Amino acid sequence: MSDTATVRQAITTVGAADPSKRDFLKLLTGSAVVIGVGAIVWPFIDSMSPAKDVLALSSIEVDLAPVQEGQAITVVWRGKPVFVRNRTADEIKTAEGVALNQLIDPQSDADRVKAGKEKWLVVIGICTHLGCVPLGNKVSDPRGDFGGWFCPCHGSQYDTSGRVRHGPAPSNLGLPPYAFAGDTKIKIG
Amino acid sequence: MAGLHKSEFENQVVNWIDTRMPIFTMMQKEYGSFPTPKNFNYFWNFGALAMISLAIMIATGIFLAMNYTAHTSLAFDSVERIMRDVNYGWLLRYIHANGASMFFIVVYIHIFRALYYGSYKAPRELLFMLGVVILLLMMATAFMGYVLPWGQMSYWGATVITNLFSAIPFVGEGIVTWLWGGFSVDNPTLNRFYSLHYLMPFMITGVVFLHIVALHITGSNNPLGIDVKTPQDTLPFHPYYTAKDSIGICVYLLVFAGLVFFAPNFLNHPDNYIPANPLVTPAHIVPEWYFLPYYAILRSVPDKLGGVILMFSSIAVLFVLPWLDTSPVRSSRFRPIYKQLILLLVVSFLVLGYVGGQPPEGIYVVLGRVATAYWFLHFLVLLPILGKLEKPLPLPESIARPVVRRPPPGGGGGPLPQGATAKPMEKS
Repeated sequence: MSDTATVRQAITTVGAADPSKRDFLKLLTGSAVVIGVGAIVWPFIDSMSPAKDVLALSSIEVDLAPVQEGQAITVVWRGKPVFVRNRTADEIKTAEGVALNQLIDPQSDADRVKAGKEKWLVVIGICTHLGCVPLGNKVSDPRGDFGGWFCPCHGSQYDTSGRVRHGPAPSNLGLPPYAFAGDTKIKIG
Repeated sequence: MAGLHKSEFENQVVNWIDTRMPIFTMMQKEYGSFPTPKNFNYFWNFGALAMISLAIMIATGIFLAMNYTAHTSLAFDSVERIMRDVNYGWLLRYIHANGASMFFIVVYIHIFRALYYGSYKAPRELLFMLGVVILLLMMATAFMGYVLPWGQMSYWGATVITNLFSAIPFVGEGIVTWLWGGFSVDNPTLNRFYSLHYLMPFMITGVVFLHIVALHITGSNNPLGIDVKTPQDTLPFHPYYTAKDSIGICVYLLVFAGLVFFAPNFLNHPDNYIPANPLVTPAHIVPEWYFLPYYAILRSVPDKLGGVILMFSSIAVLFVLPWLDTSPVRSSRFRPIYKQLILLLVVSFLVLGYVGGQPPEGIYVVLGRVATAYWFLHFLVLLPILGKLEKPLPLPESIARPVVRRPPPGGGGGPLPQGATAKPMEKS
């Protein structure tokens, strides 16, 4: 009984004599716990990020030779559709002629294609709204009022440069990293 | 305080267990003699019905899991195998699929009951908030369960819903990639959804337990919305409400069986019998019927982030409902204006549900916006000011009073002798 009282007395005395010391110990213990818990939790969280085999499958080659002018094809890259479109001279002219202040997400056509290869438009075929695949690759598909693509889910429309022209999508169709490997071949990824 | 419990059970085995772990005493107290307001109507069946639904979903789900394969190349076929080859697989799957719908019907009515009779008001705020947590967990569970058959609607539903998170500024894209475990909805996504779909019902069970703990502290609300004052206002839960709940359960099972045996795909979408194809979006994506109202709210806003925020707020607003409603009167019976508004809220919910299933164009956009506007107007503007403007009808003295005072059928007609009502009963 008296022992406990003595210890309690001692604790109170220390606490009263130097409160900053106790605060420091509390902070130190608290930080160690936070860091420790964080270190244990992180492997669990990161195990849900893309695994190494998923990351490894991220580059493909596409042969452009069979794609006629005015046609578009869909290839799969990283599990997503990528549209490769061989644009007609008219479509290129329309895309280049649009004033930037008319665009929801202003970007010039030149920034969306490779210089000297303006007829090839390569975009990620995923609507930037909620991830549907827009229609417009097949001749029979609706292409919207701007001649590009039309998203059937919520009605977004894209022009011949893959730029969004009518909401609810907030931004232009994404551009995958790609490079020409010869005149009629590209490497995506 | 440690110490053996002094059990009153006569059965020797029960007594032996109860002395060491008084679960029989607890069950007797919470579900046997538990004093319950004596004026419940059938709306008070829906808590028990929700519990039955949860049990049915867990039971059928565990057995379906024994035959399901969570892999993109096998999932669709394994579900078809359940339907064609597994003994009674069709029955288990149809019960599970329609059970989700039944669960939501029951829970929506349960929530309507809470709104109509003011069950969310003090002291039941926490009880109500736990209920909203259960609703959110149910929605997450149902969404992930719908992905598992890996049909077209599964795949595109998963794509659209996970993409909602991409609306978050700066970190949105990173979060979506993390949710997917890749760069699109794919095998890692299916695997984790299966894992979480199995986990979450047990989380729901946990929160349901807390919901009931809170309920048994505050006691149930009742159609009059007034507090229990004397033991005369209550009945023991058993046998009165076990019997009344049983009647509700029979009707519930009748409707359930009607769906399972006569219209098993009535609430399903035919596109989900087409295997998932990441390159082709169905012409018209719709979520399951119980998500349509929220989907309509999402689509009624032309801005992506705005739509997502408004959709989540439509449920989040329920968390603060106990403080938005400033009226001290609980039951709509005594709130002439609120009674009209709550029905308008139901209409707006139904309109949203209808609009959510229609293409987002023309009149549907307008209807959706009007109904969305009312939803928020109701909670954020009308409820706070109504408590100050509305003149409630006079509240009855007690629950027992209007019931006891009513003349007995077929005779008498005069008021009962004073003693019948005035003397409080000597009871627990």
